[in-house]
Amino acid sequence: MAWDLLLPAVLDGLTNGAVYALVALGLTLIYGVLHIINFAHGSLLMLALYAAYFLYSLLGISPYAALPILMPAFFALGYGVQRWIVAPASHGREQNVLMITLGLAIVLDNLALYAFTSTTRSIDLPLAGESIDFGVAVIGVPKLIACAGALLLAGALWLMLARTDLGRAIRAVAREPEGARLVGIRVERIYAITFGIGTACVAASACLLLPSFYVTPQVGYAFVLIAFTTVVLGGMGSLPGALLAGLLLGVIEAVSGLYLGESLGQLGIYAVFILILLFRPTGLFGARAA
Amino acid sequence: MLAALGVLPWLAGSGFWLTSATLVLLYALLGQSWNVLGGYGGQYSFGQALFFGAGAFASGVLQIRLGVNAWLAAALGIGAGAALGAAVGWLVFRYRLRGSYFALVTLAFAELARILVAAFAFTGGGFGLLVPLRRGAATFQFADPRIPYTLLWLVVVGSCLLGLWLERSRFGARLLALRENEAAAQALGVAPVRLKTQAITLSAALAATAGVFYLQIFLFVDSGGGFGPAMSIAALLAPIIGGLGTPFGALYGAVLMHLLGEAAKRVSGHAPGLDLAFYGVILLLMLRFLPAGLAGIGRRDA
Repeated sequence: MAWDLLLPAVLDGLTNGAVYALVALGLTLIYGVLHIINFAHGSLLMLALYAAYFLYSLLGISPYAALPILMPAFFALGYGVQRWIVAPASHGREQNVLMITLGLAIVLDNLALYAFTSTTRSIDLPLAGESIDFGVAVIGVPKLIACAGALLLAGALWLMLARTDLGRAIRAVAREPEGARLVGIRVERIYAITFGIGTACVAASACLLLPSFYVTPQVGYAFVLIAFTTVVLGGMGSLPGALLAGLLLGVIEAVSGLYLGESLGQLGIYAVFILILLFRPTGLFGARAA
Repeated sequence: MLAALGVLPWLAGSGFWLTSATLVLLYALLGQSWNVLGGYGGQYSFGQALFFGAGAFASGVLQIRLGVNAWLAAALGIGAGAALGAAVGWLVFRYRLRGSYFALVTLAFAELARILVAAFAFTGGGFGLLVPLRRGAATFQFADPRIPYTLLWLVVVGSCLLGLWLERSRFGARLLALRENEAAAQALGVAPVRLKTQAITLSAALAATAGVFYLQIFLFVDSGGGFGPAMSIAALLAPIIGGLGTPFGALYGAVLMHLLGEAAKRVSGHAPGLDLAFYGVILLLMLRFLPAGLAGIGRRDA
């Protein structure tokens, strides 16, 4: 295969992968601390995409300007979901959590279908048509912003976990919930805050994604398996792992799409997912609590 | 309730009620297939559609592309589903995937199948498989819809008996022991991989049977309908709502869901989405307030 086809595919894959990574960061953080799999993650992304869409189409707020509005709003939403829906209904069982978040996903996806119909919606930002020529490939400006934003956000998240008191408390709860409780950390509150941070990551992803993407009620489902694959590939709970795995998956998808065609391209992701779970469940970069 | 469903078509005739009752039975069977593995075995599959689709597509391809007799194709379709169940089970359980990982990997397998089937014209491609209309007993296409209905009803009765058998047999006792505490069960001599593989094979065979009936009744299946997430979700909703690990839980759940779904459709004027959103709400409420499902209420009263 000629390089002039492969290189643009790889670059395109990297920019997509940065967004996969950002979506997966929230998921892996929630997994790393609460040890639960949030199946509603994709549906929350869908919700955030709609929120960003309507902020733009009704109020004229650009998705980038909506970022500081939607992140706190979705933090509050995630906090509430964990505190008042997931925690009370789980009765402390892992499989119940999976079912609850699946139930949430069903409710959100179908309410969106009912309220917004299955129409595919996208926005037309002035800079959406602009692109930068890198010699080997031309990449749209929104994709570059999304890529840079994803990396910045991942860095900010890492700093927060490494340097702040809240970050220390979150890491303590992730490692040893009972021990954390004994030293006076309110574990239930940390769980809800972590869920909120993970959901805020989703809101940020949505704001960065919307200018170069679209939204339908089913979009969450398309993302949820990609996000899980990213998390598993990177090692459950590992932030740098999720980042690298996201980039890698973007490239795998773009390259397998190039060789196998659009419809079979997704096969690569599911195949990676199954193989990693079977043969290397700690992921490529080893499991480390965030 | 089973008896009522059995005599319903012969009293009420055909039409709307028969179609409703047929769907209820299909979902009850699919739900019971999930219940065998999820309810009794504690392994929550998110990709039960894999086996449902395998049954429908295998028997469809055999009939349409290879000209195999419909009854033989149905039997082979069920066999193919069971074999797929055994293969997936052996692979997944051997590598000790359980809990949420098991759920996710089954979902990925179902998605893999959906994409593969849609990619090749031989398996119907993006359009799907359409069984040519040839009414007759030999082609498993009865002119009187009450006949396949009664056959399906008999299979559902059998699946409920299977549930009763699981509550009384050695196999079922081992499965329950594994669900409650795998390490303890293993220490007592239960072989987890073999037992769980047997359970998933049984579960897959039941799901494939539902798939075969679906194909013979509607004479059509496509990749999204056969392997799509909607089927996987339908499979787990019925037993969770009706009562996990109980012989009639999937049946209760299927009946309740259908009634509620119809009610939601009336209220919303058949706008898409509201009925499924309603199911999701019921699922959440059940998990929160009635973790034992509908069967749990009956048990408390008794």
